[in-house]
Amino acid sequence: MTTASVSLGASVSSQSRFMQLALAALLGVFVMGFVGFSHIDAVHNAAHDYRHSMAFPCH
Amino acid sequence: MNLFRNVVFIAAIAGLVAGVVLACMQAYATVPLIVKAEVYEQAGGGHHHDHAVPAPTDSNAMSTAAPAAEAAPAAEDEGWAPADGFERFAFSVLANIVTGIGFALILVAVSEFAGGIGGWRQGVFWGLAGFAVFTLAPGLGLPPELPAMPAADLTERQIWWWATVAMTAAGLGLIAFRKSLPLAILAVALIVAPHIVGAPQPGSYETAIPEGLHHQFVVAVTVTNLVFWLVLGAVVGVVRGRFTGTATSLRDSFA
Repeated sequence: MTTASVSLGASVSSQSRFMQLALAALLGVFVMGFVGFSHIDAVHNAAHDYRHSMAFPCH
Repeated sequence: MNLFRNVVFIAAIAGLVAGVVLACMQAYATVPLIVKAEVYEQAGGGHHHDHAVPAPTDSNAMSTAAPAAEAAPAAEDEGWAPADGFERFAFSVLANIVTGIGFALILVAVSEFAGGIGGWRQGVFWGLAGFAVFTLAPGLGLPPELPAMPAADLTERQIWWWATVAMTAAGLGLIAFRKSLPLAILAVALIVAPHIVGAPQPGSYETAIPEGLHHQFVVAVTVTNLVFWLVLGAVVGVVRGRFTGTATSLRDSFA
């Protein structure tokens, strides 16, 4: 843990470190969820070939 | 928010590179099969599929000429859809890059909890884990589907997909980072459980899609995703190494 906090994001407390990493992961899940799993028709149609190609559950 | 900014920066570069690579592979390997399947979908007449294909449709099938640039007539109740050709391709590339960055954010954030990805080789192993979590495990219960293939309720399948991803990730994490036999057994149980419950299945498997076409598609999807994850992990390792100037050895943070 200590080596990593030195190398990425110098001198952050472990609590802040946890929050920032969790926030980044949450952002990633949100982005993926919107493009790959949203039920909005326009979003589905735009990313249609991508959803099939990623084996995301589709239509 | 120093750390957050660094994670986003690394994820953006890695997601961009891996997303472009994946989009190129899809253009040759999976999209032609999807287009082929859409021909069967059109022929079948049953338009239970949300995507508006700007080709002669069941509703107004008189024209056999080149499909109009605007998909509007076929898309009455299905909302906007990109026109075939460049526009459709462009949106696929965009989706690849955006979700590539999304996957990269998850990969970088999770790997930082475990000490960070120290180099391209270590990245390849993280990539293998990502492939197992996001492609292999959900793909066992819900194999890649072509348009016009029967499927169970969308929301149920999406819930099963996310649950399988979460449980497989937790299981692999326990095996890799906890040196305890009971936890390893728990990990195996976590990985196996969603498959015992079983993915939501359609009422009937009848489809116009030939078995051979579907099999080809399953192979294409699985292999393109494998390459995507290996590239994503490796690029994260390289960019992170450049960023920090220090490459931790595999031994330091793995097992």
